Amino acid sequence: MKTNDIILQTVAKLASLVILLFSIYIFFGGHYSPGGGFVGGLLASGAIVLLLLAYDLKTVAAILPIDYKLLIAAGLLIAVLTGAGALLFDAPFMTHTFSYFDVPLLGHTALHTAVLFDLGVYLVVVGVTMTIIQTIGESE
Amino acid sequence: MSLLHWAILSPFIAALFIPMLYKRFRKIHTGWFVLVLSILLFIYFFMFLSQTRDGRNVSESLAWMPSLDINFEVYIDGLGLLFSLLITGIGALVVLYSIFYLNKDKEKLNNFYVYLLLFMGSMLGIVLSDNLIVLYMFWEFTSFSSFLLIGYWYQRERSRYGAQKSMLITVFGGLSMLGGFVLLSYIGDTFSIRELVSQNGELITHPLFTPALLLVLLGAFTKSAQFPFHIWLPDAMEAPTPVSAYLHSATMVKAGIYLVARLSPVFAESALWLWLIASVGIVTLFWGSFSAVKQTDLKGILAFSTISQLGMIMSLLGLGAAAIHYESMDEDIYVAATVAAVFHLINHATFKGSLFMAAGIIDHETGTRDIHKLGGLMNLMPITFTITIIGAFSMAGLPPFNGFLSKEMFLASMVSVTEMDLFNMENWGVLFPVLAWVGSIFTFVYSMIIVFKTFTGKYQPEKLKKKPHEAPIGMLIPPVILASLVIIFGLFPNLLSSTIIEPAVAAIQPGAVHVDIAHWHGFRVELGMTIGVIILGVLFYLTLAKWQNIYQLFPAKLSFNRLYDALLTGMERISLAVTRLFMSGFIRTYLVYIFLFFIISLGYTLFRKNALTIDMKNTAPIGIYELVLAGIITIAAIAILFAKSRLTSIILLGAVGYTVSIFFVLFRAPDLALTQLVIETISVALFLLCFYHLPKISRKEERLAFKLNNALISIGVGVIVALIALSSHSSKYFDAISKYYVENAYKEAGGENIVNVILVDFRGLDTMFEITVLGIAAIGIFAIIKLRLTRGKEEG
Repeated sequence: MKTNDIILQTVAKLASLVILLFSIYIFFGGHYSPGGGFVGGLLASGAIVLLLLAYDLKTVAAILPIDYKLLIAAGLLIAVLTGAGALLFDAPFMTHTFSYFDVPLLGHTALHTAVLFDLGVYLVVVGVTMTIIQTIGESE
Repeated sequence: MSLLHWAILSPFIAALFIPMLYKRFRKIHTGWFVLVLSILLFIYFFMFLSQTRDGRNVSESLAWMPSLDINFEVYIDGLGLLFSLLITGIGALVVLYSIFYLNKDKEKLNNFYVYLLLFMGSMLGIVLSDNLIVLYMFWEFTSFSSFLLIGYWYQRERSRYGAQKSMLITVFGGLSMLGGFVLLSYIGDTFSIRELVSQNGELITHPLFTPALLLVLLGAFTKSAQFPFHIWLPDAMEAPTPVSAYLHSATMVKAGIYLVARLSPVFAESALWLWLIASVGIVTLFWGSFSAVKQTDLKGILAFSTISQLGMIMSLLGLGAAAIHYESMDEDIYVAATVAAVFHLINHATFKGSLFMAAGIIDHETGTRDIHKLGGLMNLMPITFTITIIGAFSMAGLPPFNGFLSKEMFLASMVSVTEMDLFNMENWGVLFPVLAWVGSIFTFVYSMIIVFKTFTGKYQPEKLKKKPHEAPIGMLIPPVILASLVIIFGLFPNLLSSTIIEPAVAAIQPGAVHVDIAHWHGFRVELGMTIGVIILGVLFYLTLAKWQNIYQLFPAKLSFNRLYDALLTGMERISLAVTRLFMSGFIRTYLVYIFLFFIISLGYTLFRKNALTIDMKNTAPIGIYELVLAGIITIAAIAILFAKSRLTSIILLGAVGYTVSIFFVLFRAPDLALTQLVIETISVALFLLCFYHLPKISRKEERLAFKLNNALISIGVGVIVALIALSSHSSKYFDAISKYYVENAYKEAGGENIVNVILVDFRGLDTMFEITVLGIAAIGIFAIIKLRLTRGKEEG
């Protein structure tokens, strides 16, 4: 019998977008309200998993042509470089700094190097979760 | 670095070049190169004779590890020189002998001479070192090179057995000796033997003196094959005969004697020293000569004879230690014991070396060493016969030879024991002359066996592998030299007295040498004893066939060899059994050990340190939500234990996890609650995945079997953890540092979510490595799954 997942797929398309937005929201809000890179990363991969459930591995790979192992490496690199950047300013490793800027569109905003570090965490978490799920899913 | 240091190290340096010489000059027997070196060394050491005779001792120092007080300090006095001359002189003769004994086309000569040179160098190092640690180093070098030499024919099973046995026993003793040395240096605060000797009076009062003494003696006794550690020597006879002649009669087995003699000034004041050495020596003498008679292998007889003679020297050294208590006596009979020991040491090296070489010739020319197969060789091998008769008669203590003199001196010293009036000697001392005398009779008997069973009687050519004939001249020269020394020292003993013996005795007993060594005539008790030995010995030899059965009375099971074998196999068996007992291979067993250790160590500490305090003062009030959640989580956790299907367990586990996240909500940890929620979902999904892929056979749904042990252990762990948690909560001594974070999170780090600020800013380094852990986990899973697939493909 041929199954038809049209409802699931339609809902998944919408829902995953919402989840992704929520994950980005949680990520950026992490410094002021509950959330941060870790939960944000988990939610983002949750969105991708939802797509995986609605479609199949190949389709999702076509939609998001990402090698998640590279994502792990990139995340770790960002985290380490953020930490090492402090060394350039003669400060101990992992010293963060922040300041207020007038950014176009957003207005008066605090920009913090810790967010860059959190971005590294975010990418690693997405990479790790997706690598595990994809690897196990592909195996027989 | 002085010439003396170069002389000691020259054998080691030469050993480096032996393989090269062996490869380059295949036509020349490699032994010739070694011979040149050993003769040069002998001449070099001979030149020191004039100095030590006048009491001028030579010492040279070379810094090695000055910060640890370990320096290559070389010291030549009478004793050291005597041994150096023995080592190099007999070494040269043995090398010459080995040139004709070992075939240059059939044997691996490069190995042989490298080992031999290593041995020669380390032996020189032992007798000339002043530093205890350096001495120990060379001591172990002799153990190792001797191991290599005994196992020279490593294709033979008996060789390997003998090598292993000698290695285990001598290294056991060597390590004990190292312990003794360390204690000694701790007491005396120096590694130098001379400095220890200079403070001998103070050392004896230290409580560690006796342990040091016992440990050092253990080293000396094992190396010198004293009772009951003598068992390795007969098995070491599997070595090539030059090795037996060199190591196991003249040099290595005398290392223990050297050590006892060298440390005598340090330990001699102790009664234990005197008693132990004298009694172990005399027992060894008796047991060795008694056991030698029943041997049928020529080298077996010689091995037990060596044991017996070493025991004789040892007991003399022990008695010599009594001299320190009788400094005022006019005729110091106990110094005479030391003189006898030194004299017999020289004599034994000469006649035993020649006897071993003669045995080697017989073996080489007839193909057997079994005295039952030999006989009637007198006319076929006249020179060997002469050598043997000289050596054996000297060993038996017959008049024209040097053995007679030292045996007389030995018996005289043993008789003098009865006059000793210290350390309870008046009660037991009489055993010494009796054992010595009986031992001498057996010595006479086996000496006669060596000569007459081999060379007289019926010639049995059908039992021999080769047609016997006299050995080549090169093989005869060394034993002839040694045999002539036997006669020369026998006729003119005073050649040695002032040149070698006197300085050597002076080194063993400082300031007590006024003895007329030339004195060797007169009708005294010992002469009568010697006559008795000869008469009874002849009688015993002639009636050998009648009383030899008494050896059957001792069951073979009670021998020390059996004990050694049983110990070795027993240790292997027991350690295997013990290992099997607790290394079951099941992870559950190991978990039991780990948890038991956890319970016992933590529980013991908790009660021992009186740390168990339960104080409810600081606890927060418990609300209805907490109670409800705690109820849910408890029910879920307990239900897991009784769940019949795995699926139920997984879902219950999920329930526990979600309850925990509600707890986080309740205790106001939104970040944790969020993360816990997501992580719990993922892990439950992974559990389900695992469950789905379980093999059909183990999917049998059954309840967890109840095991009382496991229940008790898990309850124990829970109780301990709960107690520790309560106790540590009750004894909080400091305020938490979290106040700082609360105050500074916005000011310093520009964030209001303290948890996240701590994670990425205050303690960002932890987070960095946690994400590294995650990355490793992901790549690990990827590698496990993907690699398994590719391997599966290759196999399929």
